[in-house]
Amino acid sequence: MAAATGVLVPRLKDAGLAALVAAVLFLPILGMETVPGADGRLTLDFHFHIVVIGAAVVFAGRLAMLYLSRGRALRPSGRSGVVAEFVSRHGTWFGLAGLAFAIALPFLPFASRYTIDVATTIVIYVMLGWGLNIVVGLAGLLDLGYVAFYAVGAYSYALLAHWFGLGFWSCLPIAGLLAATAGVLLGFPVLRLRGDYLAIVTLGFGEIIRLVLINWHEVTGGPNGIADIPRPTFFGFPFTRSPAEGETPFHELFGLEFSTLHRVVFLYYLALALAMVTNLFVLRIRKLPIGRAWEALREDEIACKALGINPTNTKLTAFALGAMFGGFAGSFFATRQGFISPESFTFIESAIILAIVVLGGMGSQIGVVLAAAVIVLLPEVGREFETYRMLLFGAAMVLIMIWRPRGLLAHREPTLTLAGARGGGP
Amino acid sequence: MSRPILEVLHLTMRFGGLVAVDDLTFTAYADDVTAIIGPNGAGKTTVFNCLTGFYRPTAGQLTFHGHEGPVLLERLEGFRVPRHGLARTFQNIRLFGGMSVLENLVVAQHNRLMRASGYTLLGLFGAASYRRAEAEAVERAHFWLERTGLLERADRPAASLPYGEQRKLEIARALCAGPKLLCLDEPAAGLNPRETAELGELLLELRDRHGIAVLLIEHDMSLVMRIADHIVVLDYGRKIADGPPAEIKRDPAVIKAYLGETEEEELPPEVAADLAGSGGGG
Amino acid sequence: MAYFIQQLINGVALGMVYGLIAIGYSMVYGIIGMINFAHGEIYMIGAFVSIITFTLLGMLGLSWAPLALLLVLIVAIGVTSLYGWTVERIAYRPLRGSFRLAPLISAIGMSIFLQTYVQVAQGAKIKPLQPVVTGGFTFADASGFTVTISWIQILIVVLTLLLMVGFTWVIARTPLGRAQRACEQDLKMAALCGVDVDRTISLTFVIGAALAAVAGLMATLYYGVIDFFIGFLAGVKAFTAAVLGGIGSIPGAMLGGLVLGLAEAFWSGYFSIEYKDVAAFTILVLVLIFLPTGILGRPEVEKV
Repeated sequence: MAAATGVLVPRLKDAGLAALVAAVLFLPILGMETVPGADGRLTLDFHFHIVVIGAAVVFAGRLAMLYLSRGRALRPSGRSGVVAEFVSRHGTWFGLAGLAFAIALPFLPFASRYTIDVATTIVIYVMLGWGLNIVVGLAGLLDLGYVAFYAVGAYSYALLAHWFGLGFWSCLPIAGLLAATAGVLLGFPVLRLRGDYLAIVTLGFGEIIRLVLINWHEVTGGPNGIADIPRPTFFGFPFTRSPAEGETPFHELFGLEFSTLHRVVFLYYLALALAMVTNLFVLRIRKLPIGRAWEALREDEIACKALGINPTNTKLTAFALGAMFGGFAGSFFATRQGFISPESFTFIESAIILAIVVLGGMGSQIGVVLAAAVIVLLPEVGREFETYRMLLFGAAMVLIMIWRPRGLLAHREPTLTLAGARGGGP
Repeated sequence: MSRPILEVLHLTMRFGGLVAVDDLTFTAYADDVTAIIGPNGAGKTTVFNCLTGFYRPTAGQLTFHGHEGPVLLERLEGFRVPRHGLARTFQNIRLFGGMSVLENLVVAQHNRLMRASGYTLLGLFGAASYRRAEAEAVERAHFWLERTGLLERADRPAASLPYGEQRKLEIARALCAGPKLLCLDEPAAGLNPRETAELGELLLELRDRHGIAVLLIEHDMSLVMRIADHIVVLDYGRKIADGPPAEIKRDPAVIKAYLGETEEEELPPEVAADLAGSGGGG
Repeated sequence: MAYFIQQLINGVALGMVYGLIAIGYSMVYGIIGMINFAHGEIYMIGAFVSIITFTLLGMLGLSWAPLALLLVLIVAIGVTSLYGWTVERIAYRPLRGSFRLAPLISAIGMSIFLQTYVQVAQGAKIKPLQPVVTGGFTFADASGFTVTISWIQILIVVLTLLLMVGFTWVIARTPLGRAQRACEQDLKMAALCGVDVDRTISLTFVIGAALAAVAGLMATLYYGVIDFFIGFLAGVKAFTAAVLGGIGSIPGAMLGGLVLGLAEAFWSGYFSIEYKDVAAFTILVLVLIFLPTGILGRPEVEKV
């Protein structure tokens, strides 16, 4: 008993102090809301109860933390969790099950236009996450301007379609190529920089591209963006009720009733196919020399140089390939929306994609899927989550870095094993 | 004397006002274990960094007789040095800690594998030629793992190995890069006597059986005196002696550099013992 | 000529604000080698605390400007410093010794969190402030152009210079400054020599946040309007200033701030306002690529 009170008092003091700090922090920002008054001047709405509740939550949380950690500070845990290891070991099975579910989704009983739309958005974020994972997870380069390549892809398609009348399928490779080129052009001068400077420079580039899109009215349509972007066709057969002269619409081709759902489902499968291409590519390239060199660079650049690996070129390939998949995703985005504007390519979008990679586990393919699903579904669960979403992401990014810096599902399996490579044990 | 493999001529390296290496000239031979010794701060690691392209020397000429004939190392970018057949390790071990032991050794064969994978294109489609090249790379890794006694550890993350094995792994990794000259920066630091003895055996085996020349920086005098064919002594960036171990041991300049000008009682007993009584040598 | 001088004056005032924020980046980078990405949001919070306190004082009927300013300054510095301290304590301290990119990612998370937090609590609309300090000096030249120096601009320059003097004294003369300089050289060694490293780092964040709070207050007075998003751009510009001046160097941060403020003023004065932010980001990119050690910084030798 004496021992219990012996720890109780200092812990209560500690928690009380934390609550006091919280109260001071919350008092002006949460407790006094500035609102426009009658004469146009600001006045304050007081919400002192929120401050009290907030402080109480902090008090309880701090006390709970002190007891749970038994006085030890929360430190990064080096080992990966049992769950992460299990998921990673059986990654193929989880992946296949997930894929089977994704393929069957449009035919499941609960599938509606809305669910398929949401699923398409998830798949796009998964693809972006996998693309960025090449750069961040494998090569260890923090890219804060990834959305720039997404924008390059989207505008490439929109502009090529607008000015030259090209279709989606011919634009897709061009858009990827242009985004990769942008990656090389941006990457070449900056990849020599140290990691954190690189991050800030990529952020700068991302913003420059967005601001140019806003200000270059003649070409990009400025803040109004580009509308009437051609929708994709089923390899030349459009999804329209009454097609132009000489064209056969999709539903006639297959002898179906016309339904607007066809296009939605097609877009979903298109996104899924693009994402699967990305996934296969990443899984494959991880086991090639270039993929191992990326990971080696992430671990120790100096050692890489001493082994004859050209760091700049190796990073550049990671940057360019990551950008390419961003470009593919971008042109899909453009054809799906039919309308794009610089609004869609802000820094916060880059931050969301980065959050997906970080939360999912840098280098983990399945983790990215889970993280993307959570991030897209959260605001769908209730609109009130929309604003709180970013609040949660921000907090989650901090907590993940403290608690499990390699991501929730980060357990790395070697790309080759001695037993596996030599067919039987040594 | 045999063929030279590395000829260092008038190497000078300045950092601002500090002269780390001052007009250093020496030659390492292809069938030799060459050791660079000297007190802390004598500029030994700086010499290594100049050789391997991490620093651009202020002056001097570094001729290396590599796989493709003689090259001037000071003109190469750092990452181009290894392909001529010069590999190195680091004083503070630099492994790819998150990757497995085997992966570390395969990464060391990067350039060969890159070519075999058709710069990734062929590899993506699983070309047979690439699969063969990868199998060869694994064989080479297997060979050096066996030589260094790390075979059991092949699939473990490199960072999980104990210190002594990490040192060995770094050497194995450098060997997988296919060097003619292996540069080791204090390979025995932190090893216990048994591990140090094994290291000595390995280096002699490299010289005698695999035709790999060794250039090493080392503070463990008994090891140096036992295995080195040729010793270069640096002090304050200058060469103060150069010759076979027996000669070095008697060199008054070396003794002075290590023991200081004054009374011999002040020196650490181990150093004195190492210098004086390290037995047979070479 | 008058136009030129006007831009010069505007640029100097702006540069002082950027410089004050830049010091926070520079000090933190100097000591623990991380980019405190959330520092721009600390500045934003400083601005919000200022505007809230002004409004509160107005509602309480306090209308004598000098006293109101003083009170707001004290409250803003106090609360914002506490934010700086808390951010370090929660998001950065547990990460010491973690992998390379962890602190930066955590800082980005913190930045997103703080921005959304203020947006949720205070709303996304812009917040106008009734002018507190008005008037100034106006000069006219022969051709009829006028040059105005407002009281606010004078206040900004004087307050910044005072802070700089005080701050330089702290770094050069006090035990805290000594501990800070020791930590900058070698964190581990400083700890071994008995410097309380945790406390020193905490105080560094507190000082940085206090200066950012002053910058936030002055920006609120200067522009008369703020919103939850101002921290992002100001943060990027101040970081550019810190790198430009030589990150880790405090006079460098001020110098970089001035250069950036002048560049922005002249750019918007002579070229186009539209591309003003493009210019800022372009300077950021160019500086990082071509002048990563900055004007007053020391070159870094790669340790192998």
